[in-house]
Amino acid sequence: MIKKFYLLAICFLILPLKVHALIEVDITRGNLSPLPLAVSPLSIDDKSKKSFELILKKENIGSEISIIVENNLRSSGLFNPLSKDAFLQAPDIANLKPRFEDWNLIKAQALITGKVTFVDEKLRVEFRLWDILAGKEMMALAFTTVPNNWRRVGHIISDKVYKRLTGEKGYFDTRIIYVAEQGPKTQRIKKLAIMDQDGANNKFLTLGNELVLTPRFNPTSQMVTYLSYFKNLPRVYLLDIETGTQEVVGDFPGMTFAPRFSPDGKKIIMSFAKNGKSDIYTMDLENRIVERITNHPSIDTSPSYSPNGKHIAFNSDRSGYQQIYTMKSNGADVKRISFGNGIYGTPVWSPRGDLIAFTKLHKGKFYIGVMRTDGSGERLLTENFYQEAPSWSPNGRVLIFYRETKTDAKGEGFSAKLWSIDLTGYNERLVVTPTDASDPSWSSLLSN
Amino acid sequence: MILSKIFKNTLLILVTCLVLSACATKRNVETGQMQSDVYTGTDSVEYLADGVPDRVFFATNESILTTASRETLRTQAGWLRKNSSINVVLEGHADERGTREYNLALGERRANSAKDYLMTYGISSDRISVLSYGKERPVDAGSNPLAWSKNRRSVTVKAN
Repeated sequence: MIKKFYLLAICFLILPLKVHALIEVDITRGNLSPLPLAVSPLSIDDKSKKSFELILKKENIGSEISIIVENNLRSSGLFNPLSKDAFLQAPDIANLKPRFEDWNLIKAQALITGKVTFVDEKLRVEFRLWDILAGKEMMALAFTTVPNNWRRVGHIISDKVYKRLTGEKGYFDTRIIYVAEQGPKTQRIKKLAIMDQDGANNKFLTLGNELVLTPRFNPTSQMVTYLSYFKNLPRVYLLDIETGTQEVVGDFPGMTFAPRFSPDGKKIIMSFAKNGKSDIYTMDLENRIVERITNHPSIDTSPSYSPNGKHIAFNSDRSGYQQIYTMKSNGADVKRISFGNGIYGTPVWSPRGDLIAFTKLHKGKFYIGVMRTDGSGERLLTENFYQEAPSWSPNGRVLIFYRETKTDAKGEGFSAKLWSIDLTGYNERLVVTPTDASDPSWSSLLSN
Repeated sequence: MILSKIFKNTLLILVTCLVLSACATKRNVETGQMQSDVYTGTDSVEYLADGVPDRVFFATNESILTTASRETLRTQAGWLRKNSSINVVLEGHADERGTREYNLALGERRANSAKDYLMTYGISSDRISVLSYGKERPVDAGSNPLAWSKNRRSVTVKAN
């Protein structure tokens, strides 16, 4: 259904690079003064320009790629890409040797330049990152790939720049799977949808004939597990994004729901509801062996593995109300970790392993927050009428979640949208989708 | 045994009423459509047959049947005994004020609460299936306590 982008399709040619002590961006706290930088349009010769125009229907692919980089860096909240109107140097010359004084004059601290060429039916992009104050080249890389991958080239450049300037992996060459919503609140039509992290390349993966909920990627981001009401039997399914093959995996005599992959991708962990109680189970995808992990008369759901696979966080109402618990992956050593005021749910273990993101309901307001894995250090990042279901960016720096609006007295004005927020609690952003949207899940980094 | 359970449940409801009466809004008192926060009106109610209401309502986060709910379910059980060829699906629902996954489980628990009661009155479990919609199918699109109370429900639907 969707073409898998092979890593092989993009070849990295690392050009020589001299390392100096250069600019650094601190991302561990809210960044109130983002680093001013200039993203020069990638230069392109006339012949290449015409070739790409023919294939990609884009007038200047060099500018288009630089716009992707610019938008990505801006959306991170850590960088402030300056207006191109102020640039004094032409893209081709800047890429050879920037006149640092000119860039310094417009207060740019870093500069990204590059060049696009059409070589053997392929797109070749080289880019350079310059430290303006030090007057030095920080990084130079070149990629060759099929022309259709041009957006991904923009994302990969963004990831390289982010990593070079912050010291941490980026999250731009990623995708989001989510539930696209349409229709009145009482009769919502829901479809699985997938898009690039920046909202481009949106595709619907199901037709909307049956209700679908809570899609989640596997570690390689090629499979998705989700809940489908196919034939009015709510069951956990598996979808291969590349082939479009769907199969039921949680076909137990009752409802299976709240699925997620184990960090090695070999198991699905989910809830199974029967006779008014919900417990947590795993299924090994290879041999289909089912294991029961919890056994309690309460509702145990929303399980999420720690990145090393040794622990599971989940929510349970065994104490009377929904609270967050952790346990060993075999179900032993169950510990309640949420003790603040209110109801806690949807724990999701950070890819870095140190934090658990959650939804909290307190005095009629919903919060997205994080706590350490022992429940200490609770921090609420955002408050709203309704929001839930955080999902981590692969570098563990950003959370995506969905938010619903309050309807008016006539029951009108309902909407559901995706939002993202930094771990610092700053940089809250609407993630634009073609339709209403909920239940987002962030993929891993597609290239590395 | 059952009596003591019923007594216990009633006591629980009474306690809940006492606790919640403090925060019950004036509007609900005026409209008289909610008791504590269980819907008592008839707005969304449909009928399986003459005098046989199709649904029961629940307090926030609860799956305990109220006195009125038990009466409705006894009426349904009587009707099911008389119409022994009819099977039913109990569709459990939650309001929008909870996380999606928990609400799926809560809807299932509510429908099972109704199922258990029908079984107590002699309806075979073979004739009853349970389907939870969580918060996915509200009847009232409103974002207010009255709308939420209508949406916290278990609806008995003919399956054949």
